[in-house]
Amino acid sequence: MFDYTFQWRQAIRALPQMLDGALVTMQIAVLSMAIGVTIAVFLAVARNSSSRWLRAPATAWVEVARNTPALFQIYMAHFGLGSFGIYLSPYIALLAGIAFNNAGYLCETFRGALRAIPATQIRAGRSLGMGPAKAFRLIVMPQMFRISFLPTMNQAVWAILMTSLGVTVGMNSDLTGVTQDLNARTFRTFEFFAMAAVIYYLIAKAVMLGARLIAWRMFRY
Amino acid sequence: MIEIENVHKSFGALKVLKGIDLTVAKGEVVSVIGGSGSGKSTLLTCINGLEPIDSGRILVDGTEVHAKSTDLNKLRRKIGIVFQQFNAFPHLTVLENVTLAPRKVKGMSKSDAEEIAVKHLNHVGLGDKLKVYPSRLSGGQQQRMAIARALAMSPDYMLFDEVTSALDPQLVGEVLDTLKLLADEGMTMICVTHEMGFARDVSNRVAFFDQGVMAEIGPPEQIFGDAKNEATRKFLSSVR
Amino acid sequence: MFETDLSLNDLMFLAKGAGVTLAITFFAVTGGTLMGLLFGVIRAQIKPWMALPLTFVLDIFRSVPLLIQLILANAFQAIAGFGISPFVTSCIVLALYTSAYCTEIVRGAIEAVPMVTRRAARSLGLTWGQDMTQIVFPMALRVALPSWIGLTLGVMKDSALVLWLGIFELLKSSQVLITRLQEPMFILLITGAIYFMLSFPIARLGGRLERKWKEND
Repeated sequence: MFDYTFQWRQAIRALPQMLDGALVTMQIAVLSMAIGVTIAVFLAVARNSSSRWLRAPATAWVEVARNTPALFQIYMAHFGLGSFGIYLSPYIALLAGIAFNNAGYLCETFRGALRAIPATQIRAGRSLGMGPAKAFRLIVMPQMFRISFLPTMNQAVWAILMTSLGVTVGMNSDLTGVTQDLNARTFRTFEFFAMAAVIYYLIAKAVMLGARLIAWRMFRY
Repeated sequence: MIEIENVHKSFGALKVLKGIDLTVAKGEVVSVIGGSGSGKSTLLTCINGLEPIDSGRILVDGTEVHAKSTDLNKLRRKIGIVFQQFNAFPHLTVLENVTLAPRKVKGMSKSDAEEIAVKHLNHVGLGDKLKVYPSRLSGGQQQRMAIARALAMSPDYMLFDEVTSALDPQLVGEVLDTLKLLADEGMTMICVTHEMGFARDVSNRVAFFDQGVMAEIGPPEQIFGDAKNEATRKFLSSVR
Repeated sequence: MFETDLSLNDLMFLAKGAGVTLAITFFAVTGGTLMGLLFGVIRAQIKPWMALPLTFVLDIFRSVPLLIQLILANAFQAIAGFGISPFVTSCIVLALYTSAYCTEIVRGAIEAVPMVTRRAARSLGLTWGQDMTQIVFPMALRVALPSWIGLTLGVMKDSALVLWLGIFELLKSSQVLITRLQEPMFILLITGAIYFMLSFPIARLGGRLERKWKEND
């Protein structure tokens, strides 16, 4: 039934190029997680605050991030901002879109973790002379990160998979972008993208395995 | 000296403290007894400013706790408090639990803080558990760690809020022994407690709280031997 | 400040795109849920090592970017000469993708039913089938439904990726309008609002169900 010969050698020859792309993919994923986690902490605090002026914008961020497609969020950064004369490069637009998305989802992850930390922990910190910010930073935050560690790493895998969307806004240096370039030159779509799929799969598995190992080694209490 | 003057405190419609007057001198040990809901635990959290009060005032060494100008974080270094729930920081080892506040609040160096922490942990009998996480400790050990954690800030006063209530009966003794040790060393202490034996043996004075009022206060021999107040007698006969 | 060339016709064009999005979501979620139920029951019933091949294959759908899955499937059907349209290809890929997540939801929900309850049912003389339909499914449904709602909304949002295969769903339709009218922010805001209106109320409902059922337990 196949009137087609698979040409894997060509794809394997392109492997170094694709691995370079995978590095860019990892770079965007790591940056988007770093930005996302940082913003998510602030969003979580804001959503739990008693001030409506802090709560409302944080809630809006979270709901938009969770109720619209990630691709839409990337389009907003890339095309939407053009209306204001702001033109973000594909790299920055992709990074911004994923970081926005990460922050929204991680905020809810962190809030769930915060609910699991007894209020008496803060009280204990305050009674030792810590201010509210210090008690949050030294006592609540470390526990929050530990409780939400595995869900956070799940989000990291999501971030890696989301980087593939960059190709739709013209990104050509990440794994999907490089693969698409090779595809456009050779029309060996299946072979190249099958290779890309394997690489994504291995990265995702490696990250989850690493996360499990870290969780097992570090969080022994 | 801790001076409590006509303190009122309510949670919503519920009046918890209805005009408490109490002065605790340096070196004194005062035990506070009474039924649940009598306001005795609330009083402790008011003394170190964790709870606001409605009226009256509380002075610690002449500083008014609830005055706007008071730096509570600074004041609280003077007043150690240990709660019923052990409140161990689960993400830190025993040693780190005790050194955290001296380092991050007082700005002590790591080695200085550890020296002090080890001293206090030895004192409460946890010298061999320095690198252990709290989840590996028994309730009694966690509570003794909490005491060491408070002591590491070198407080002038220690408040104990039913520190043995959440413990299995066989673990109560080791914590009470630690408290006795502290009392013998001359620490100024207010102990909210259900342990009548402890209140009788260790305190200079025993206060009986009843429904937000300090119904009676006096030396232990008098409270336990010859209580004047009807409610006190009733309470004591019920707990014995 | 607001002048736009967007006409009612254009809005209808967007609405049609939204219809395509919903259609793909419907086929994907229906197919994916049916497969997910089957795989989920299998995974919950047989030993983990026996389910390993199934687990492994389904895990691939969760560990490879959906966009790559779509591209691969489309390329494969062209090579094999199946001659199926991108729309059908997209629905099949999304259904498999959905089934991978749905399997986990179903398995988790079945395993959340306490063994003692099932033993009690069987000891009353219920057959395996009766136990499953009368006891396990009603109980598991409460656990599964909030996650399943989340999955459905997730698939709707992820279905935007089929634009890469040239399908004019909602997001692609907005692109067409943006190219023509050159009002990217305005058109994207409308597009986002449509997604939001489709997703948010149902997400809220899911959250409420979850909270309500947790309280009852």
